[in-house]
Amino acid sequence: MSEILQWIGGLFLLVGGVLCITGGVGLLRLPDFFTRVHAGGITDTLSTPLLLVGLMLHMELSLDTIKVLMILVFVLITNPTATHSMAKAALHGGLRPLGKTPVEQPVQNPLQGNETGENSSKP
Amino acid sequence: MIAIAVIRLRDLFAVIILFGIYSLLTAALFMDLNAVDVAFTEAAVGAGVTTVMMLSSLYLTSRWEATPKHNSLLPLLVVCITGAVLVYASLDAPLHGDPSSPVHQHVAPRYIEKGPAEVGMPNMVTAVLASYRGFDTFGETFVIFTAGLGVLLLLGIQKPHKPQPELNTVANEVVLKVVVKMLIPLILLYALYVQFHGDFGAGGGFQAGVIFSTGFILYHLAFGEIEARRVIPTCWLPRLAALGVLIYGGVGVFALLEDKPFLDYSALADDPVQGQHLGVLLVEFGVGITVFSVILLIFHILAGRSRQS
Repeated sequence: MSEILQWIGGLFLLVGGVLCITGGVGLLRLPDFFTRVHAGGITDTLSTPLLLVGLMLHMELSLDTIKVLMILVFVLITNPTATHSMAKAALHGGLRPLGKTPVEQPVQNPLQGNETGENSSKP
Repeated sequence: MIAIAVIRLRDLFAVIILFGIYSLLTAALFMDLNAVDVAFTEAAVGAGVTTVMMLSSLYLTSRWEATPKHNSLLPLLVVCITGAVLVYASLDAPLHGDPSSPVHQHVAPRYIEKGPAEVGMPNMVTAVLASYRGFDTFGETFVIFTAGLGVLLLLGIQKPHKPQPELNTVANEVVLKVVVKMLIPLILLYALYVQFHGDFGAGGGFQAGVIFSTGFILYHLAFGEIEARRVIPTCWLPRLAALGVLIYGGVGVFALLEDKPFLDYSALADDPVQGQHLGVLLVEFGVGITVFSVILLIFHILAGRSRQS
């Protein structure tokens, strides 16, 4: 039984690692800030819990396993929030997604800026 | 390699992020050397708090470093010669982990053999830090207090300026506010856990103070300066810092009043080991309060200054 758990844990670790590398490639190669933030955020939010689950499967069930589970939940909560905050801050600073005309001055009203941002991210 | 990149880059924003990465790698290096407490403190301070503070001070200055006006050949020569001399001197040092080196012959065996019996706590690092080398930790706490004092004297506390409604970034940040409200109790609880768990595992006053202050810094970042100053007024922070150092010194003076040497914890209770426990607890508490209040004070001061542009 523990053999199978070790193998499954190894599979999780492998998939998590591959996702990490994919995220890194995306961070470097994608053209625009928003696409980069999207790549980094999504792959990191998935790969870190996968890596941690792989780690947990290699450990015996003890207090350490619960601590790793707490780290997993923490990353799941904070990573998307950080990605959202980064994109929102960029929108507020006046950055627009690729393919739209850049705005000259920073957005005055955050609500207005939000709507414009949503409009411009529609294809 | 990161150090070289830090030196060569002119973009200070990238430099700050690289410093954070450098601290994280150093923390991993300390973990590799089995120094868990130090790695913990390095990760919390270097990759966490220092990055935030440097970013908040970057807001006050310009982002791009000015090109140096002097020729850097002579400083490079001086640095290379000094570095070569240091490397030559380090060749004479005993090998890393050599059991026959002097540091492992006299002091370390005594700590390892007598530590559990005299101090009675499983974490030997905390035992050495707070009990055997209590003077040094007192000095460290005083250094942290002086750093806060220096920033306070140089920059001073500004009145919080009213947020202009059209530039208020945190007005409708619903996601951030909700998540931060969820996270802050957990962060503060974890800080208290680290503070009082230092006897048994990795932890202690320094790490706990840093983590406790990050909870407050997170609140400041998510909810704005007015709210943050309402939670803990800035004028209280220097008093708290002084209180921490006072607790530490007070334990020492109490031992003096009991006709024992300064900071001898066995004066605190009838049973010497109980006294050691109580002494370490109080001392770490003082350290935690001082670290927390100084970090928060520096952040309040830096974040409260408006850009003089």
